[in-house]
Amino acid sequence: MSDMNHEPASFAFTAETLEKAKAFIAKYPAGRQQSAVMPLLDLAQRQEGWVSRAAMEVIAEMLDMAPIRVEEVATFYTMYNRKPVGTFHVQVCTNLPCMLRGSDDVVAAAKEALGVDFGDMTADGKFTLSEVECLGACVNAPMMQINDDYYEDLDAASTKAVLEAFKRGETPKPGPQNGRQFSCPKGGATSLTELTFEGGKA
Amino acid sequence: MPKLTIDGREIEVEAGTTIIQAADQLGIEIPRFCYHERLAIAGNCRMCLVEVEKMPKPVASCAQPVGEGMVVKTNTAGVRKARQGVMEFLLLNHPLDCPICDQGGECDLQDQAVAYGSDKGRCQEGKRAVPDKDYGPLVQTMMTRCIQCTRCVRFIAEIAGTPVLGGLGRGEHLEITRYVGAAVSSELSGNLIDLCPVGALTNKPASYTYRSWELKKTESIDAMDALGSSIRLDTRGNEVIRVLPRVNEDVNEEWLSDRSRFAVDGLKRQRLDRPYVRKDGKLVAVTWNEAFAVIAAKVKAAGTKIAVIAGDQADAEAMIAYKDLLASLGSQAIDCRQDGAKLDGSVRASYLFNSTVAGIEQADALLMIGTNPRKESPVLNARIRKRWQKGGFKAARIGHKGDLTFKYEHLGDDASVLKALVDGKHPFFETLKNAAKPALIIGQGALSRPDGAVLLGLARKLADATGMVKDGWNGFNVLHTAAARVGGLDLGFVPGQGWRDVDHIADAAHKGDIAVVFLLGADEVEMKSLGEAFVVYQGSHGDAGAHRADVILPGAAYTEKSATYVNLEGRAQQTRLAVFPPGEAKEDWRIVRALSDVLGKPLPYDSLKAVRERLAKASPVFAAIGQVTTAAWGASFGAEGSAGDGALVTNIDNFYQTDPISRASKTMAECTAAFGGGCNHKHKKTGTNG
Repeated sequence: MSDMNHEPASFAFTAETLEKAKAFIAKYPAGRQQSAVMPLLDLAQRQEGWVSRAAMEVIAEMLDMAPIRVEEVATFYTMYNRKPVGTFHVQVCTNLPCMLRGSDDVVAAAKEALGVDFGDMTADGKFTLSEVECLGACVNAPMMQINDDYYEDLDAASTKAVLEAFKRGETPKPGPQNGRQFSCPKGGATSLTELTFEGGKA
Repeated sequence: MPKLTIDGREIEVEAGTTIIQAADQLGIEIPRFCYHERLAIAGNCRMCLVEVEKMPKPVASCAQPVGEGMVVKTNTAGVRKARQGVMEFLLLNHPLDCPICDQGGECDLQDQAVAYGSDKGRCQEGKRAVPDKDYGPLVQTMMTRCIQCTRCVRFIAEIAGTPVLGGLGRGEHLEITRYVGAAVSSELSGNLIDLCPVGALTNKPASYTYRSWELKKTESIDAMDALGSSIRLDTRGNEVIRVLPRVNEDVNEEWLSDRSRFAVDGLKRQRLDRPYVRKDGKLVAVTWNEAFAVIAAKVKAAGTKIAVIAGDQADAEAMIAYKDLLASLGSQAIDCRQDGAKLDGSVRASYLFNSTVAGIEQADALLMIGTNPRKESPVLNARIRKRWQKGGFKAARIGHKGDLTFKYEHLGDDASVLKALVDGKHPFFETLKNAAKPALIIGQGALSRPDGAVLLGLARKLADATGMVKDGWNGFNVLHTAAARVGGLDLGFVPGQGWRDVDHIADAAHKGDIAVVFLLGADEVEMKSLGEAFVVYQGSHGDAGAHRADVILPGAAYTEKSATYVNLEGRAQQTRLAVFPPGEAKEDWRIVRALSDVLGKPLPYDSLKAVRERLAKASPVFAAIGQVTTAAWGASFGAEGSAGDGALVTNIDNFYQTDPISRASKTMAECTAAFGGGCNHKHKKTGTNG
């Protein structure tokens, strides 16, 4: 839940985001504009870094819905931040598949590397560490999301390496951190090795 | 019409019916928490699981529409096991504090835990605790008990139309709460308590004062507004602990307004429990005989210069007794319209809610004139909202612009708009004319203006011009705010020859042409205007009337007598005695009967049965208890002339305090402090103002 101290008095979409918001609303038939609540919350978050109460009220007004309905959506999804986050928002999944594949180690490593607990921001305002629900990358579990990128197939060491790289100002390559290509088997293909995409044999 | 089998019994139901509804029709009980027949289906408590043949898993019967040839089983071992599992999850975080919970004894969770709960829990972890929320002075929250059925969320959004509640967070962190800064100030918020299947939302004013099984239940009728909702009075000893609504599809469905429900503590305060006579400027307690002797002396001296003004909660029995008494004394200065409403009672259709309360759901166009139904009758307003939600309904309003919980077109705020409509010069005229069942509602705010009769006449003309009255439909509706009013008009409690209205009577009192004024629970009359007249106040509460009175006769409140009221649609209904009047107070008609003896003009009835026979003679309405007696459209009514200026506004400023009972109520005073006067109150901004 939000910390009231952060809440700004007002919110307004910039001209540019407002155009995007209108485009989202226009996608839905008249009277069904409430369907645009999730993209609009995302736009507000991309503009401000988080979703404030003022922003939810602006969105509620735009979509002709009760503010509480917007808040329900914003608090249901972990992807919406209800308080300001650091430059890098580190979101570690701890749902079942990730947990079975060792997310506990990832969590411990992240906490150690950043020196903060879940829900907290580092003193320099660079990182916020969050525990989130399934992000749909179970095939590469365990994983974490940093801003818009997924870092997958983690263990304690690679978690630390990724975070240290961010600290140095680098942007590590997203995706599996253990050498896998996407979600191919580790160590390369084990079947259909002779086929090419062109249809012939390799 | 699909046919299905539930527990071996075949039933044919309408397409779209869900399994739980079909089972309810068969009388097969399926446990439930989130499902409620008047709310949208949520399907989130999972208690109503049943087995359906050819379906791999148990299904939630509340959300599963029936299909042709479906075979449903509700009491197999598998179903029981599934429900036991659900119950175990529900109880994981439930505090099980039933011994100190007000819901104990009437709790759905408690009852169903008997059937599906385990005698011990397997959970080793701690239970979650949820901070309580502030829902205002009426609804007590204990959110740790909440099982997240979301009935309250759905009620406040769908029925009450003030969406301020919601479920925030997710999973184990889900909490039902109100939106920050928004007040739970719906005029129907008390219904949240009835809907809550557990003890999360309970009656705050009555909290920790009762256990449900020690209350005596008396079925009665509400007299706090003109709707006449069916209620149940829960009493202990000689005290009304709480008021609950009863299901009455024709009137209040199963809702009750907050004033009707929570003003009951006013029944214990400021009560007149013995007769008083003013001696040397001070009211002194006396015996009944002494009080009657003082009145008799004054009445004798006054001759025919006597008047009676009946208040908003006067019952028909007392009014007919006073009417007969004054007739025998040779006076016709009687009136039941203390606000001066210009309804003369000669044409019955001119003062009824002719479409009937349930009938308003058939209207497809509605014009509201000088009324705020949300304040004047919140339960009726919920009906109009229900109609609006179905779609194909156009509403418009002449009066203040404010939130009525449904969309309407604001046409303006003065009578010139009404005139333009009657002349067909306003576009909404065509809307009404083209509607299949057009209707209008004119409020007391308009009718009690000096030009009220003209406005009534204009409304009648509009009704005629737009075809509001036709075979099987009469859309001309007057919205009353006083429980006594329709009954009073039905039995002719209006000034006879030589008298005009309350103002006329007061004026005569001022000039000395009226020497004795009886106030039958009339507290809204301008007391100063009664001049030097000798005032006898008969009523239940020490309000404005009692302060002015020279003699006080203690009467009974609506919970303390068996009395007849006619609601705004013309439905005669009878209250039942739930508790006895305090001290020496008596049923009102008995006081008049006793007084008539002392005055030497004994009334010809001395039992309740005889009074009611007299009532039935005065109007057949009183013989048809529980029925709506409809009225013929009949002769023209209202007056010609030009309407005055000024906005057409409601006559209720503060929803929470409209009568002696609610003005004496501490709870209602707290509501006024917390919410202002309800929606669109002119002084204070509330969460629901528009």
